[in-house]
Amino acid sequence: MGKGSNYRRMLLGVILLFTIVVVVGAPTVGLTSLSLHSILHPSEGGLDAEIFYSIRVPRVCVAFLAGAALAISGMAFQAIFRNPLATPFTLGVASGASLGAAVYVRLGLAVSVLGVSGVSAFAFAGAILSILLVYGLTRIKSGFSIGTLLLAGVALNFFFSSAILFTQYMSDFTHSFRILRWLMGGLDIVGYESVLNMAPFVVSGIAIILFLGHELNLLLTGEEIAISRGANVGRIKKVLFFATSLMVGGVVAICGPIGFVGMMVPHICRLLIGADHRYLTVATILFGGTFLTLCDMLARTLIAPAEMPVGIITALLGGPFFIWLLLGKSSSKMGML
Amino acid sequence: MANVVIDITSFSFGVGDKEILDNVSLTVYEGEYVSIVGPNGAGKTTLLKCISRIHRGGRGRIAVAGKNLEDYSQKELALKVSYVPQADGRHAPFTVREFVLMGRYPYLSPFSPPGPSDTAAVQEALEVTGTLEFSERFLGTLSGGERQKVYIAAALAQEAGVLLLDEPTTFLDPKHESDIYRLLAGINRKRGVTVVSVTHDINSAVLTSRTVLALKGGRVAFCGPAQDFINEEVLQNIYERTFSLMKHPHHGGTIIAPEVP
Repeated sequence: MGKGSNYRRMLLGVILLFTIVVVVGAPTVGLTSLSLHSILHPSEGGLDAEIFYSIRVPRVCVAFLAGAALAISGMAFQAIFRNPLATPFTLGVASGASLGAAVYVRLGLAVSVLGVSGVSAFAFAGAILSILLVYGLTRIKSGFSIGTLLLAGVALNFFFSSAILFTQYMSDFTHSFRILRWLMGGLDIVGYESVLNMAPFVVSGIAIILFLGHELNLLLTGEEIAISRGANVGRIKKVLFFATSLMVGGVVAICGPIGFVGMMVPHICRLLIGADHRYLTVATILFGGTFLTLCDMLARTLIAPAEMPVGIITALLGGPFFIWLLLGKSSSKMGML
Repeated sequence: MANVVIDITSFSFGVGDKEILDNVSLTVYEGEYVSIVGPNGAGKTTLLKCISRIHRGGRGRIAVAGKNLEDYSQKELALKVSYVPQADGRHAPFTVREFVLMGRYPYLSPFSPPGPSDTAAVQEALEVTGTLEFSERFLGTLSGGERQKVYIAAALAQEAGVLLLDEPTTFLDPKHESDIYRLLAGINRKRGVTVVSVTHDINSAVLTSRTVLALKGGRVAFCGPAQDFINEEVLQNIYERTFSLMKHPHHGGTIIAPEVP
């Protein structure tokens, strides 16, 4: 049975509440327990306040932004390609962005364009080039099946990964180490520079996608129906590709490639709240951000004082939960996609 | 004489160097019921997709309600023409009601929830097509006949004057088949919706429509009154086989007798 709009609003409320609890709570959890007094009076200049405001809060911000952006990019790709496996990661867009970032590091550049850091700009360029490549493939030959598209994405992925390794191999030791460390994916940032670098990309991408709820619904029903309902599918796709490139580029430049969030979170949200993107988009943003924040919190506390790469946690936690949802009643009825 | 709603003049359309439609002309009047028939690969579906602008380009002219197709925005066109595609066996994870509501897309703005006129149009489309009773079910759980009614309901909710259908009765059992034909006839007569339907069912085409357009190899092989189409010579020319004709016991018109193998 379908879910009423009251049920969905209620569910969105619950997710929002959960988000607030996690986002407010996450910075207080960590290796060192912080005194509430010191946090509430940062002007006194205690060490606790320093840890809280320049390490934990920016880190939670980055985790939330990255999770939200990756999840919603995955959601958009699943709708555009009408396939549960289509995400910026499976189609090689994220590795394209990674290649862009790796090239930037290799070149040893330190430029910024209009306040946007060079590495983000390069990652964005890499992302948009790989989208053009993947989408171009579907346009060259008519009747390009989604199966072929996914295979092309996998091939592109391998190609870019090798190109990244090649870039790294050809770099000197410092550059090579920087690339490797970054490729592992991680959220261990200090200060607000990373947050400020990422936020414009993520926020503008999310804003665009929020605006296109009806259009995403139509794309999910198929291109022909979408066109005959009055959607300008060609233009909508271009806008969506631009928005996802912005987000993937922005996130990958800072955090490296973090997979799985983009594929799984939209599915989980779809099972919970239904496929209507007017609700699904909001749920995916909140849940994606919360999920990655939560995973990061575990990554930095479970084996403290050491830290795990957050990707391990996302997969360990998300995988079984996802399968549990798949086995549930509702998934078979509505179909995953 | 009624107004012309679709006017196609010397229209050709090709993909690569393959010509799919070659110099096709057709005039459809308001409130008419036109069937498009012809052998497989004759360009029937392509013609529908060109009218609904799923395919763009081509040479010649297609005008809808007196205005060239290129001069429409996609949303404006959706207010004039709706389209029911061939069943492709894929289902989006929406409920019937959600799906039908998407027919209101040309009337909706980005964030506004559907208004009373939208809800009313959806409700009426569900009632007319007899899909109200399963409006909360997911598309993936429907049978072929139910699915087809839902797709027609979504096109009706769009409230366009022209309804294009691509093989609406293929894969349906006789009961659902006649349900669909009755539904389409009702929509055509009671609401004055112009129906253009691609079909392989020559008998139904002749019995339901006033005008028949037959395509063969992308060219117009016949275009005229349905009863003139049911002619041994015309049919043999188009389908390259012989047909035996007979009188319909109730209708009185000529139809094709089933072949004895």
